[in-house]
Amino acid sequence: MKNIKLQMKGLIKISLLAFLMVVVVACKKDTRPNYQFMPNMYESVGYETYSESAAFRNGKEGQLPAEGTIPRGFKPFDIENTIEGYQLAKDSLNSPLDSTQIDLAKGKELYDIYCGICHGNKGDGQGNLVKREKILGIPSYDDAGRAITAGSVYHTIYYGKNAMGSYANQINEEERWQVVAYVMELKAKLEK
Amino acid sequence: MKKSYQSLEVNSTNNMEQVTRRTLGKNILQLSFILLLTLSTSLFAQEGDPAKGKTLFNTNCASCHNLDRKMTGPALRHVEQRLSDDHGLDREWLSAWIRNSAAVVKSGDDYGNKIFDEYNGTAMTAFPQLSDQDISDILAYTAQDAPKPDPATEAASAGGGQAAQSGTSNKLVLGALALLFALLAVALILVRKTLNRFAEAKGVEVPEDQKGLPLWKAFVQNQFLVLVTCIFLLLASGYFVYGYLMQVGVDQGYQPVQPIHFSHKIHAGDNGIDCKYCHSSARVSKTSGIPSLNVCMNCHKSVYEYKGETTAEYSKEFYDGEIKKLYAAAGWDDAEQKYTGETTPVKWVRIHNLPDFAYFNHSQHVTVAGIECQTCHGPVEEMEIMYQHAPLTMGWCINCHRETEVKVKDNAYYEKIHAELSKKYGVEKLTAAQMGGLECGKCHY
Repeated sequence: MKNIKLQMKGLIKISLLAFLMVVVVACKKDTRPNYQFMPNMYESVGYETYSESAAFRNGKEGQLPAEGTIPRGFKPFDIENTIEGYQLAKDSLNSPLDSTQIDLAKGKELYDIYCGICHGNKGDGQGNLVKREKILGIPSYDDAGRAITAGSVYHTIYYGKNAMGSYANQINEEERWQVVAYVMELKAKLEK
Repeated sequence: MKKSYQSLEVNSTNNMEQVTRRTLGKNILQLSFILLLTLSTSLFAQEGDPAKGKTLFNTNCASCHNLDRKMTGPALRHVEQRLSDDHGLDREWLSAWIRNSAAVVKSGDDYGNKIFDEYNGTAMTAFPQLSDQDISDILAYTAQDAPKPDPATEAASAGGGQAAQSGTSNKLVLGALALLFALLAVALILVRKTLNRFAEAKGVEVPEDQKGLPLWKAFVQNQFLVLVTCIFLLLASGYFVYGYLMQVGVDQGYQPVQPIHFSHKIHAGDNGIDCKYCHSSARVSKTSGIPSLNVCMNCHKSVYEYKGETTAEYSKEFYDGEIKKLYAAAGWDDAEQKYTGETTPVKWVRIHNLPDFAYFNHSQHVTVAGIECQTCHGPVEEMEIMYQHAPLTMGWCINCHRETEVKVKDNAYYEKIHAELSKKYGVEKLTAAQMGGLECGKCHY
């Protein structure tokens, strides 16, 4: 009987140890970041991208440019986001890129990332989101009723149209014109 | 989803092949029958085929119109009925509007101008290519009644319930097993007790242990054993302490709860959206960028509900709720289809965070080196909840720089330096390390 008692004591000790280990391990949680040795070497003194900051009135590090100013090298787009503006761009706006500057490979790369998901990599309006019926009614580039031109494509990329949003913040001016060149190439291929 | 589409296509083509091989004669008969049918439908042109209409509607109209929901244009269910009942407009007016709405507005048509103004002067795209038959097909589609709660979706939700049940049944099995083991343990103890009692009753002497030296005393007296144990304990604790210290500051596996449950699995995996669609600044800048909400709204203006696969944990209601959160943050009024201007920033929790003393540039790796995002970020397209895949330690960086060969082929920029360096090291291909990827000042300055 004494033996059994001794054994029970050992058992209790072992289970206590196991319990302690479980408790120690359970302290590490994936939803919390780990400890750091010296946080002041890890954490930036300057503002981190998108961080909160008391220095600005709206409490955010990311700020819009001051009103009436433009970044260096930025060319403002004068045509307005209206139906008249669209028509104006469609009729009169042309690509500033000449034939040596047009890089269809780059245009394709950008097109496949930003446009192909809806418009289809061939421009026929059969992108993956359309095939999966997430977004419907994407027109083909050779649609007669729309009769797109380089200017109208640029205007649409810049401001968006109907359900399509603006892509001005994802691709810069030069890249937009490269995409326009590639879209017009796709349109020509579709019309063949 | 993707797979099922493909398999459907494959199936149908297979079937068609089989059919053409086996039943050519029957085919001709069917063909003439179909011809007869199409002839008869063209005779009753006003009837319209809702199935065809649906296809036409989805390709031409659905970018701006939904049957039951205001989008860029008005909801269109029973549009013909409504127009003739409320405004006395017939199909002729509708056809004219569809083919060239601008002309109708210009002609000073009352209702046309009213609608035009109501939708902020957005002119409807002209569809001159639609024939009378096409228009009647589309109108036949819009004239269908709204489907009642689909039995299929109900079955699906029941299926979800079943999945949940199977989850609980798993737990049940585990619980039953645990209970069984506990019972076994108790039974063993009881058996031992009864055996001991039997032994006592029958007077069988259970040989007691000889009271010799206790084990620990014997152990202490053996100095060699003590030494070996001490060394072993020291090494073992050293190993664990080293392991613990090395993981301090390493956030591999960090998986915070985000303010909006954004599933990379649905967006990048199921829908196949390119990483750089949302993280566009990874191409051109140091940070990969958290997309601003207007990027979300590019698609979510149209995608207002979740229609994909669901599980018990992530139901359709759950995902729809997350889209509502996005609308609230972006200030999008879904009913009125316009922005209210009241926006609130979403406080995403940053996962990948290098210490301040290390410099890392995304564009250098993504655009110049052409490295896949998954090389460092792991299988993001399978992550329902985003987590940190790589340790992001210096050893990890260096390892990759030592192993990765620089893509110098067809790159004029690297031509000269490649020629010189490959002569210096006597190798054909250069790794990032040989190009200077191990220099301290490249990342620490």
